[in-house]
Amino acid sequence: MKLSSFTNGLIKENPVFYQLLGMCPTLAVTTSLQNGIGMGVATTSVLIASNILVSLVRKIVPDKIRIPIFIVVIATFVSVVEMLLEGFVPPLYNALGLFIPLIVVNCIILARAEAFAYENGVLDSMLDGLGMGLGFTLALTLLGFIREFLGTGGIELFGTTLFQLPIPATISMILPPGAFLVMGMLIALVNKISKKEA
Amino acid sequence: MENASILTIVISAILVNNFVLSRFLGICSFIGISQKVETALGLGLADIFVMAMASVFAYFAEVYILEYFNIQYLRVVMYILIIASLVQFVEIVLKKVLPSLYQALGIFLPLITTNCAVLGVALLNVQYSFNLVQSVVHSVAAAVGFTMAIVIFAFIREKMESNDVPQAFKGFPIALITASLLSFAFLGFQGMI
Repeated sequence: MKLSSFTNGLIKENPVFYQLLGMCPTLAVTTSLQNGIGMGVATTSVLIASNILVSLVRKIVPDKIRIPIFIVVIATFVSVVEMLLEGFVPPLYNALGLFIPLIVVNCIILARAEAFAYENGVLDSMLDGLGMGLGFTLALTLLGFIREFLGTGGIELFGTTLFQLPIPATISMILPPGAFLVMGMLIALVNKISKKEA
Repeated sequence: MENASILTIVISAILVNNFVLSRFLGICSFIGISQKVETALGLGLADIFVMAMASVFAYFAEVYILEYFNIQYLRVVMYILIIASLVQFVEIVLKKVLPSLYQALGIFLPLITTNCAVLGVALLNVQYSFNLVQSVVHSVAAAVGFTMAIVIFAFIREKMESNDVPQAFKGFPIALITASLLSFAFLGFQGMI
């Protein structure tokens, strides 16, 4: 068991900023901080569960049909998460809508199953899932925060307003163009910082 | 949306709710495979084909299997299996029947399985409770919208190649900002329907 399995996904190999995986949910659901966190947590749970299961069965899965098997495993966990969200947090379920079932085709999950869990032990795979998932959540939280702040001038979390500044709200930030714009700026920033370090 | 006319569905899927620029479906291929107009067009055509087929199969699976046995909770598993096997099947058939088209699409076909636009359109059809004809029209129109967006984007990126872009913005960041401007343009269609 290595700690690096966990820390790699957080910053150094952040799935969103460095690998540009899972862009669809990243851009689509980050209209608010709360949605970003919700999507991040949902994806992380699926990622951890699928990594664990794939790692457990990796010795008995025939090489040729591994991808269909991974996809069925992932789809099953996504269905479970979907039902849990629908049952316990309906507002979040409604806000994320179509993008909950679409976690299935989030490339991060299949990529981790294929590149990591299929070749590593259970504990490492679990940590990898947790790290990558948190890295993803971190990116979504950041994006959601910036977009909600610029778009509405304040931040609201679970029904309570955290703060509201008297600045003009730029509605376009919570509309689709804002997602592309903020994401582009963030990746440029990450590039700038990582170039300096190198 | 249940009684939406064919024309409304087409305009809505291509312009107002463009899959890439306002629904954020298929972003991976939109950003990843848009450096050249030719390949972007190839991917778009493959997508139209697969999305039309997938919507037909998904419709029948929905009515005759999921509804019949009352197991709608297995929808996601079912649909993704349909799409994955469909893509494999299309690949094999094209290889035998139309080798020239297979050559042109070749590498893009397997990628389509994880293109969320395909699963997305199948799920949206259920959500809007479209009938068979509406589903197929919606899927094809959505795929045409996707193709249009990715081809326009590829044209812009080809031009941009010779431009002097700041170091940190090279590659993906400038592509995303271009997509943002394109998305602003499509925002103009909002409210048409």
